[in-house]
Amino acid sequence: MKQFSQRHLLGIKDITADDINLVFETADNFKQIINRPIKKVPSLRDITIANIFFENSTRTRISFELAQKRLSADTVNFSASSSSLSKGETLIDTVNNILAMKVDMVVMRHPAPGACQFLARHIKAQIINAGDGTHEHPTQALLDAYSIREKLGSVKGKKVVIVGDITHSRVALSNIFCLQKLGAEVMVCGPTTLIPKHILSLGVKVEHNLMKALQWCDVANMLRIQLERQDIKYFPSLREYTMLYGLNKTRLDALDKEIVIMHPGPINRGVEITSEVADSRHSIILDQVENGVATRMAIMYLLAGQKSQ
Amino acid sequence: MDSRIILEKKQLDITLDRLCHELIERLGDFKDTAFIGMQPRGVFLSRRIKEKIISITGIQNFLYGELDISFYRDDYRRGHEQIVPSELKIDFTVEGKKIVLIDDVLYTGRSIRAALDALTDFGRPEKVELLVLIDRKYSRDLPIQANYVGMSVDTRTHDKVKVEWKENGKKDVVHMVTN
Repeated sequence: MKQFSQRHLLGIKDITADDINLVFETADNFKQIINRPIKKVPSLRDITIANIFFENSTRTRISFELAQKRLSADTVNFSASSSSLSKGETLIDTVNNILAMKVDMVVMRHPAPGACQFLARHIKAQIINAGDGTHEHPTQALLDAYSIREKLGSVKGKKVVIVGDITHSRVALSNIFCLQKLGAEVMVCGPTTLIPKHILSLGVKVEHNLMKALQWCDVANMLRIQLERQDIKYFPSLREYTMLYGLNKTRLDALDKEIVIMHPGPINRGVEITSEVADSRHSIILDQVENGVATRMAIMYLLAGQKSQ
Repeated sequence: MDSRIILEKKQLDITLDRLCHELIERLGDFKDTAFIGMQPRGVFLSRRIKEKIISITGIQNFLYGELDISFYRDDYRRGHEQIVPSELKIDFTVEGKKIVLIDDVLYTGRSIRAALDALTDFGRPEKVELLVLIDRKYSRDLPIQANYVGMSVDTRTHDKVKVEWKENGKKDVVHMVTN
């Protein structure tokens, strides 16, 4: 019998290829459901989920909320700016207080890497990591891989290049784990300063020339430059970055093949990707968003479906 | 453990023929009728019924779909096993249609309850009927009855009825396993 191997979703590193495929198969069903007139199923009607966001988010948060509503779960939302954290409460106290109100599952985003692991060790509820600092963003990786599978038929054997700020990107790390588990080849591309040296130990290729990387790949995942996480200057100017690593139509047209363009959002139009490319038929950026709801529904359905403890 | 055959291939064929003729007798030209097989096991039966009806009557233009009830089951979070959904194929609205739900075994009636809930998400049917190959009598948890029954059997709670199909890589046969 198929079974999701973990009680929490803390990172892609902890789960298996079978788990990922189970999520995809389940997400296929949910994709059908969110495209029919009545978009709701009653599965999670006796579950309460807390969305705890210690960092800003638009897409992920709305996507999770919508997924929870489509599954009929009860939800409470909480964001750091409006919380007692600013009064000096610790993370574990904050979360325990929320759990005392009988919450079954916690979706958390936190600026500290490992915050979700810490929480999972200390509290009873099931945890879904919605991004922990520069560490992992597992649901983003799942929806990215799901979108590749949908567009190209499968992930196995495909060549995916992740372009941009690899050092500060949790999307990059989760994507590398996820794509490799599914049998894809992964390359990272960006300025030397934004590619950590230890990345080679993950078995990915490293390329500093964007055109070479694009020529090699089937899929290009363009990341945003995370200026908010950069404490020092990693490159001379955004303008120079755009000239060397920005994806534009001229570069796409120079390739002798068609590639699929992805972006986890939020897009900085004109920096890592031009509007012309982001809105072109090569781009599956909006499909990624739609698939985000379906894959998050699948994750929550599979986790909540484990016998309650 | 003791397993005996309660329907072998030839009897099964006769039973399927009879069920199809009952459907033809009661529903006529199948105008506004939709046959809906229940995933995962009822679809083997529903696909057979669909083929047989086409070969007996020549009518092809009735609606046919397959319904997955995973998200409507009442044992979610209560069983030991994960409920993994199957494919759902209903590309029409059930509004105003006469629906014949098709499943292999009617036991507690809980799957049918879930199916009725799931169906309402596709519209308001004019009528819903139930066709089952095997009706396990006296074992219902809910007040649900079938309109078309292939065979009724008396069973005890710990007995099992196993329906196998050649499409499923087995032979066409129905077993009863008793302990």
